Amino acid sequence: MISYLIRRLLYSVPIALGVSLMIFMLVHLAPGDPISAIAPADAPPDVIERLKVDYGYDKPLPVQFALWLGRAVTGDLGRSVATGQSVSGEVMSAVGNTIMLSLCAALVGFTLGAGLGFVAGYNQGRALDKAATAIAIAGISVPHYWLGMVLVIVFSVQLNVLPAVGMGPGGSSDWAWDWAHMQHLILPAITLAVIPIGIVMRTTRSAVAEILNQEFVQALRAKGLSERHVLGHVVRNVAPTVLAVMGLQLGYLLGGSILIETVFSWPGTGFLLNTAIFRRDIPMLQGTILVLALFFVFLNVVVDLIQTAVDPRIKRA
Amino acid sequence: MAETTLPGMVPDTPVASRGYWSSVFRRLRGDWVTIFCLVVLLAIILSAIFAPWVAPVDPYKTSVIRRLKDIGTPGFPLGTDELGRDMLSRLIYGGRLSLLMGITPVINALVIGSLLGIVAGFVGGKINMVIMRTVDVFYAFPSVLLAIAISGALGAGLVNSIVSLTIVFVPPITRVAESVTTSVRNLDFVEAARASGAGSWTIIRVHVLGNVLGPVFVFATGLISVSIILASGLSFLGLGVRPPEPEWGLMLNTLRQSIYVNPWVCALPGVMIFITSICFNMMSDGLRAAMDVRA
Repeated sequence: MISYLIRRLLYSVPIALGVSLMIFMLVHLAPGDPISAIAPADAPPDVIERLKVDYGYDKPLPVQFALWLGRAVTGDLGRSVATGQSVSGEVMSAVGNTIMLSLCAALVGFTLGAGLGFVAGYNQGRALDKAATAIAIAGISVPHYWLGMVLVIVFSVQLNVLPAVGMGPGGSSDWAWDWAHMQHLILPAITLAVIPIGIVMRTTRSAVAEILNQEFVQALRAKGLSERHVLGHVVRNVAPTVLAVMGLQLGYLLGGSILIETVFSWPGTGFLLNTAIFRRDIPMLQGTILVLALFFVFLNVVVDLIQTAVDPRIKRA
Repeated sequence: MAETTLPGMVPDTPVASRGYWSSVFRRLRGDWVTIFCLVVLLAIILSAIFAPWVAPVDPYKTSVIRRLKDIGTPGFPLGTDELGRDMLSRLIYGGRLSLLMGITPVINALVIGSLLGIVAGFVGGKINMVIMRTVDVFYAFPSVLLAIAISGALGAGLVNSIVSLTIVFVPPITRVAESVTTSVRNLDFVEAARASGAGSWTIIRVHVLGNVLGPVFVFATGLISVSIILASGLSFLGLGVRPPEPEWGLMLNTLRQSIYVNPWVCALPGVMIFITSICFNMMSDGLRAAMDVRA
């Protein structure tokens, strides 16, 4: 197990390097360099030159990458070219909000998805299965940013029971676990929860159906085990597959929250990214994407490890 | 992904190729849900293509006096938008860009991804490693994040959105194509073909393509709905086409400011995205069942 852990971690190093290189190259695909994108059109050339030197954009690309990576490793993601603020500081406070939103959404979405999938797989071919499958397909197909708008229309515009935007009363961005703040979380979390329901439901359904068709389940029943105990065995066999999918879905929630955060003006990474894109704030863009992508890489490692721990049949050491 | 062996894709008997496709067709014909979705999609696609003849009025014609009219207003069956333009006409025209932005990336990725996957799977060795490890790097991004990152870097615009979505969909298609190719390459009939003197090119053309394209195609049809949602999502963020172009995601974006005035008219473009995406999903499921592909 320990040696597997080490090998798995080592394997994610080249991935993380590749990710960093890609993010670095990505923003240099854009026409023009980062300074001329934000400098006023009538800025004198010598000012632009000095800004370039200040931000390090005068050096060759490989050198820029090495410097950027070296600083990123120590937690320094540079300064925003739009506001001059430290990128790491802004990203870190936003990441907290995004993770909180994603975790709440995951709690709702995973419970519903796994529950529906279990019911559907257990009642394969019956009306319950068909209903659960229909919900899953609708969940996969719905444009979630639109669903967010519809929820705002119903609960904020028509019924006027829940706030439409923001994270706290009066646009405050300091979180507290009281009702005034938590009611801001309800709509975005439910909207975001719809993203994983379909996939988790489908995975659980097919895993449950597959396990139920195996001979050992018949043997358990023949032995006279109560249905509750049989289900216990099914759950234990289904868990590794379902957990793996849930782990990946949590990562997709972090990415998918970008659109939802825009709909609800939730002050998370999506919101930050959106602002960075429209200000053409390259360091901020790079920093935010890097943190999110590395978090996803890390999540993948964790998922693999949990899966190995839960399922003793997977011997990868 | 390793178990993408395809019982139905490998012909059971030497003359089964015609029998296979006719049985696929027969199964599809009995599946009325898939047929229904196909009809709805055809209606949306055809009305988008023939929009100038189908749409009742000019989708760009604004009017200050009839802004945000209700659904069911005489002359404007689906109401008007924030600039007084006819919603029905804009929704019909909107299908043009939304479908183009949704379907083109999948087609591009299908071509590029199959090519990369087949090469990686068939050649193996170092080339496989280079291609598949690069794909792994792309897999380190959640797809929405990747699409927004590339679009954000390239800047807004129709072509840039299509490019960024193509990049998003190449890796998954490459993975499927590679795993199917690898499993086909090791089957006995490929060995038999090689033993009887067939060259690599013949083997790829006859055996590999014949067995790989089916499952890859079915997988790709499942991506279209994701692609349509993402493409409209990019426009919704302001990263797709620019106003006043009618496009469902962009329409949602501009109408979002008016939800306190006329909420249900503002939600209409999303209904179109939802219907299109659900129909593509159901059709893909039906196709998968009919072709007996487990991918």
